[in-house]
Amino acid sequence: MEFLLAIITGLLYAAGLYMMMRRSLVKLILGLIIIGNGANLLIFLLGRITKGSPPIIGEHEKLLSDIYADPVPQALILTAIVISFGLQSFAIILVKRAYKVVKTDDLDKMKATDEEV
Amino acid sequence: MMQQLLIYPLLLQLFLSIVLMFAWGKVNLQRIISIVGSIVGLVFSGMLLYQVLTQGTQTMQAGNWAAPFGITFVADAFAATLVLLTSLAGLAVSCYSSASIIPARIRFGYFSIFHFLVLGLIGAFLTGDIFNLYVWFEIIIISSFVLITLGGEKAQIEGAVKYFTLNFLASIIFLTAIAVLYGLTGSLNMADLAVLVPKLENKTLVDVAAILFLIGFGIKSAVFPLYFWLPASYHTPPSAVQAIFGGLLTKVGVYALIRIFSLVFLGDSFLQETLIVIAVLTLFSGGIGALVQKNLRKVFSYLIICHIGFMIVGLAMFTEVALAGAVFYLIHDIVIKTNLFMISGLIYRIKGTVQLDKLGGLYDKYPKLSLLMLIPLLSLVGIPPLSGFWPKISLFLAAYDTQNYLVVGMVVFASLLTLIVVAKLWAEAFWKKDAELPERSHFLYFDKLWISRRIQFIAPIVLLTLVSLYIGFGAEHIQQLSTRIADELINHKQYIDAVMTNRN
Repeated sequence: MEFLLAIITGLLYAAGLYMMMRRSLVKLILGLIIIGNGANLLIFLLGRITKGSPPIIGEHEKLLSDIYADPVPQALILTAIVISFGLQSFAIILVKRAYKVVKTDDLDKMKATDEEV
Repeated sequence: MMQQLLIYPLLLQLFLSIVLMFAWGKVNLQRIISIVGSIVGLVFSGMLLYQVLTQGTQTMQAGNWAAPFGITFVADAFAATLVLLTSLAGLAVSCYSSASIIPARIRFGYFSIFHFLVLGLIGAFLTGDIFNLYVWFEIIIISSFVLITLGGEKAQIEGAVKYFTLNFLASIIFLTAIAVLYGLTGSLNMADLAVLVPKLENKTLVDVAAILFLIGFGIKSAVFPLYFWLPASYHTPPSAVQAIFGGLLTKVGVYALIRIFSLVFLGDSFLQETLIVIAVLTLFSGGIGALVQKNLRKVFSYLIICHIGFMIVGLAMFTEVALAGAVFYLIHDIVIKTNLFMISGLIYRIKGTVQLDKLGGLYDKYPKLSLLMLIPLLSLVGIPPLSGFWPKISLFLAAYDTQNYLVVGMVVFASLLTLIVVAKLWAEAFWKKDAELPERSHFLYFDKLWISRRIQFIAPIVLLTLVSLYIGFGAEHIQQLSTRIADELINHKQYIDAVMTNRN
């Protein structure tokens, strides 16, 4: 399981970076989304994966006696997902606006900020 | 009640941004709320700094969760000073915005988002939890995205695409670094990390995490190979937005670098050498970049990059004198950069352009205003006894003590470059003969503004100029403060103790 997740995380980072280096605006956003998912998986993976033992204290016990799954990474991932959801929706609107205003989705043609006005 | 004072500046900003949403269409009401609220915020931050200086580091455990488990808010002298400066810059820009931002932008929630940005900045300074720091960074960048695109001009949108991409990427790298660090230590509390990280045996992975943090914060603070988004985007939004960006956004990256590399990752010669190389190259490339630009705002954008180098140099040498210099420079830089961009906005309002070759004759027409603008420009260069001069002494001394002669040379060279840039700017914009510019239709020139608007334009510049004069002439106070901060940063045990034992 860990091995598989490690491979997938690596693939997501690689794919995301590759997409970001393309010239198309849409691919840029897709790349950012993919790499963000990679980061979330990485938190999950590095928080140690423990199968089938939720951190719930039994009815007659006072402490967790067994090895249990760490709930913190899930909380972190949840937060990160929500934040990146907001950012991604902003990004998609921004791309649409950029396409309407600049009339191209080629990043190489967006040079107005480097020119002298 | 006074125990929780450190959360007040934060809550106030949150409160302001929510209240401002209810005053959506009422432009004048929004202006008043924002200015009055910012004054209250300044008072709170001043009280917080006073409390920290007299009673030591203040902490607050959110939800009463004991230290390494919950989210801790920590106000040590460093954080409290920066919160005060943020509130000060926030007040100045809020007053400036109410005159310079057009009503259409205000109607689309400019002030509300502006206070969210200040909220994020204050939160980032006060938090003691590394994941919480990530969340504050996200609040900062998402508000800055809105501010940079608000208005939707072509240049703004293009600048925003570049700004957005690299800042989003920086956040993801920061998140990756947190993941690695959490995997290694199982903790997110910075004080707890400061205890756990030195005990780790897997030094390679610690280095990997440190470099990831360096890249993530490096993009945000615009250091040498990672700064290209800054000159491509900072000159596109209105100058009030630019003032708060230039004054504070890159500095919060510097703050995070100083905090992480003085608390969690320590004593690594490889990291120190990397930081020195980065800082030297930042000083060089920022200075050279400023020299060749013709647009006033771009000149200032490159000067931001150049002067980030001074702070990174101080961090890299990591002696008490060097850190005191870096902190002093940070204090001086927040005030001066906010002021500079407000000045560039004022020049734009007077002449209708910020192209250096088209400007001219400002000194002839507005001698008093020109003298007002001269003070921040000279402080920027560091003409003694103005504010930019004092931190450089500490940096020189530290560089001699640690035998970093390259740093000594580069600090001199970068100061010289700044001097040349400012001299060129003064000659072009103020002393050169006035070139007759064609009158722009539909452009509100400074002369045609109401007197109350003109006061709102000039008052924040006067305020910040007075503050930088104080930093220059009252340098002893600031030096004492920075030495105390540097001492606290190096002997970070008291930070850890304050977080771990204070379980109220």
